[in-house]
Amino acid sequence: MRLEVGSILIKDVQFGDKTEVKNGVLYVNKDEIAKIAGDDDRIKSVEVYLARPGESVRILPVKDVVEPRVKVDGPGGIFPGFMSNVDQVGSGTTHVLKGAAVVTTGKIVGFQEGIIDMKGVGAEYTPFSKTNNVVVKVEPIDSIKQHEHEVVVRMAGLRASNYLGLAGKNVKPDEVKVYETKPLLEQVNQYPNLPKVVYVYMLQTQGLLHNTFYYGVDVRQIVPTFMYPTEVFDGAIISGNCVSACDKNPTYIHCNSPVIEDLYAEHGKTINFLGCVITNENVTLMDKERSSNMTAKLVGFLGADAAIISEEGFGNPDADLVMNCNKIEGQGIKTVLITDEYAGQDGASQSLADSTPLGNACVTAGNANEVVTLPPMDTVIGYPETANVIAGGWEGSLHADGSITAEIQVITSATNELGFGYLTAKGL
Amino acid sequence: MGKCKIVHYINQFYAGIGGEEKANVPPEKRDGFVGPGLAINGAVEGVAEIVGTVICGDSYFNENLEEASDKVLDMIKSYEPDLVVVGPGFNAGRYGMACGMVAKLVDENLNIPVVGGLYEENPGLEIYKRHAYFVPTGNSATSMRQAVPAIAAIIKKIAAGEKVTEGYVAKGVRKNYFAKERGSKRAVDMLLKKIAGEEFVTEYPMPVFDRVDAQAAIKDIKTAKIALVSSGGPVPKGNPDRIEASSASKYGKYSLVDIFDFVSSNGETAHGGYDPVYANEDLDRVLPVDVLKEMVKNGEIGSLHDYWYSTVGNGTSVANSKAFAAEIAEDLKADGVHGVILTST
Repeated sequence: MRLEVGSILIKDVQFGDKTEVKNGVLYVNKDEIAKIAGDDDRIKSVEVYLARPGESVRILPVKDVVEPRVKVDGPGGIFPGFMSNVDQVGSGTTHVLKGAAVVTTGKIVGFQEGIIDMKGVGAEYTPFSKTNNVVVKVEPIDSIKQHEHEVVVRMAGLRASNYLGLAGKNVKPDEVKVYETKPLLEQVNQYPNLPKVVYVYMLQTQGLLHNTFYYGVDVRQIVPTFMYPTEVFDGAIISGNCVSACDKNPTYIHCNSPVIEDLYAEHGKTINFLGCVITNENVTLMDKERSSNMTAKLVGFLGADAAIISEEGFGNPDADLVMNCNKIEGQGIKTVLITDEYAGQDGASQSLADSTPLGNACVTAGNANEVVTLPPMDTVIGYPETANVIAGGWEGSLHADGSITAEIQVITSATNELGFGYLTAKGL
Repeated sequence: MGKCKIVHYINQFYAGIGGEEKANVPPEKRDGFVGPGLAINGAVEGVAEIVGTVICGDSYFNENLEEASDKVLDMIKSYEPDLVVVGPGFNAGRYGMACGMVAKLVDENLNIPVVGGLYEENPGLEIYKRHAYFVPTGNSATSMRQAVPAIAAIIKKIAAGEKVTEGYVAKGVRKNYFAKERGSKRAVDMLLKKIAGEEFVTEYPMPVFDRVDAQAAIKDIKTAKIALVSSGGPVPKGNPDRIEASSASKYGKYSLVDIFDFVSSNGETAHGGYDPVYANEDLDRVLPVDVLKEMVKNGEIGSLHDYWYSTVGNGTSVANSKAFAAEIAEDLKADGVHGVILTST
């Protein structure tokens, strides 16, 4: 499967009469995007704001971040199973408005939503302080239940993003990257002397607002399966999560899946990147056993010499991470794990809920419990008082002057376990 | 800062007051250095100075925790130090614990650095290492000559306003920082090294848990000798060994010969991690002596070991627990016990 990804570099976003990209500026027709995002009987109102890097703007509670993309050539469309049919995606040509993002906010759904600061210390922790954000604030009708609320906001974000993505369809990209993974036997034969690597891509699926979707299917209900790495670049994986903001994987990061990008960077040079095994993080022991068995079986079946395993979330899924590690290492396949830590605010507690001596190669995205004070911002888009209830905050996190003291857990993608960020931790 | 002012904490033995027989002396302070302070003071001459020494008997500290803590802290504070040195305590159990507790007191209340020295297996180290720069020492005072320069090196760094990066036992505290490469790149780089068989450094060393394999089943339970061991804190009424409510530093061994049933007058729990009301009413709920004695009477088990062993699991370090278990296990083996019922809470 061969995919050409053309990036149109967006250096600014502004409202305009027509939604279009001109000279690296994304102009957005405010009314039109609001209408399209709000096209759902369950939505009462939609407001649209812009938030650019360096502005004194805070967005909270953030639900998801989505990157505008459009399919230019090849089968299917962006976000299969939701915004388009379920054709296999991941081949042909896709354009990306690189540097732009849709951020969804609105009344809180669960407790586990995030904060994006566009300047100050908080901006250092979130990658979305560096994107030109089109913030879509969605308010559903009053009678809506939480799980439906999540669906409504998620879909509004996808609609808004695809609407913006269309503006890039006929624009010549500034950069083009080509990614290719061949059918297994051909792929193995292409670089017969390089070590074969598989990416085990764990997805949060504990249910009850902890959901991830693959081609529209709730991943909780799948058995682990093979995925061509290029599929994610067309939005095959979508976040439906209200898990702690720091380490849930926003749809934006799935579309830019960093381990996949960095494995491709070595593909044909030092390794032979065979593809991905996507697996879930369910709550029952039987589910965990089944999924880790199937994952290990697939990784072994593919003939991998080594694997990177990334986790999503923390606590309960630490057990899935450890099971995957044990069973894959148990077949003589070398692993590197990506996780984050919950070592307490003082950093002195044990970081993970489970452990294995085979997990001797571990990348950490930092201690989510570390406390930070975010300075007041001139503008807050959303509801600042939710700082007191989102995971990582506490009653009193929001101060009278608008500053917030909370764990970095509250910051969207601060400790991203797909490896998107630079934060890490060390022992003192 | 000017010359770094140091207060030195030592026990009665190193102050020359006396050994075990003097372990119950209450806290006192003396200006300047005392005992091992002489060598430490000499080793940091010019940049730092021991302005006062606080002394406390090991038993006194461990048995009068609250009062001793307050007094020791006040005495340390009275010198307005920039830094506190504890020990070195080598492998002395109670002295090591006291050094650790003083380190914690200073770290949490005075917000100034603490430097000490302990042997790697000293239980005080495992529990309190996050509160001080503990240099690793030998297991007895004969290694004082190595310990002093190591302690002095850290004091000099601190006195010079430099960051202390080595020469001490890792505090076990995790601290965030921004790396040069993003996480995914670091993972790929680590994987390449692991594949090539090159040396790599994990960013999070996973803790190693002991896993104990189940033993073979007892062949004939009707002749087996069964013992009771508990981390639920079951002790005779009054807690005669004063086992701590949390972070236990000891375990107790108590006779079951005359106990057939626990009632509120012959047993209680020392455990501080759960509501003790029901255990204090009837300790059989934590240590099922009534049922086991009945089973012996009915011939369902061979016999019940004459003693029970008890400690408090609440916040107790793995290092302490392992040490207790090793001793208890030796005892049980020596007494021909076939099986143990471990109760917790």
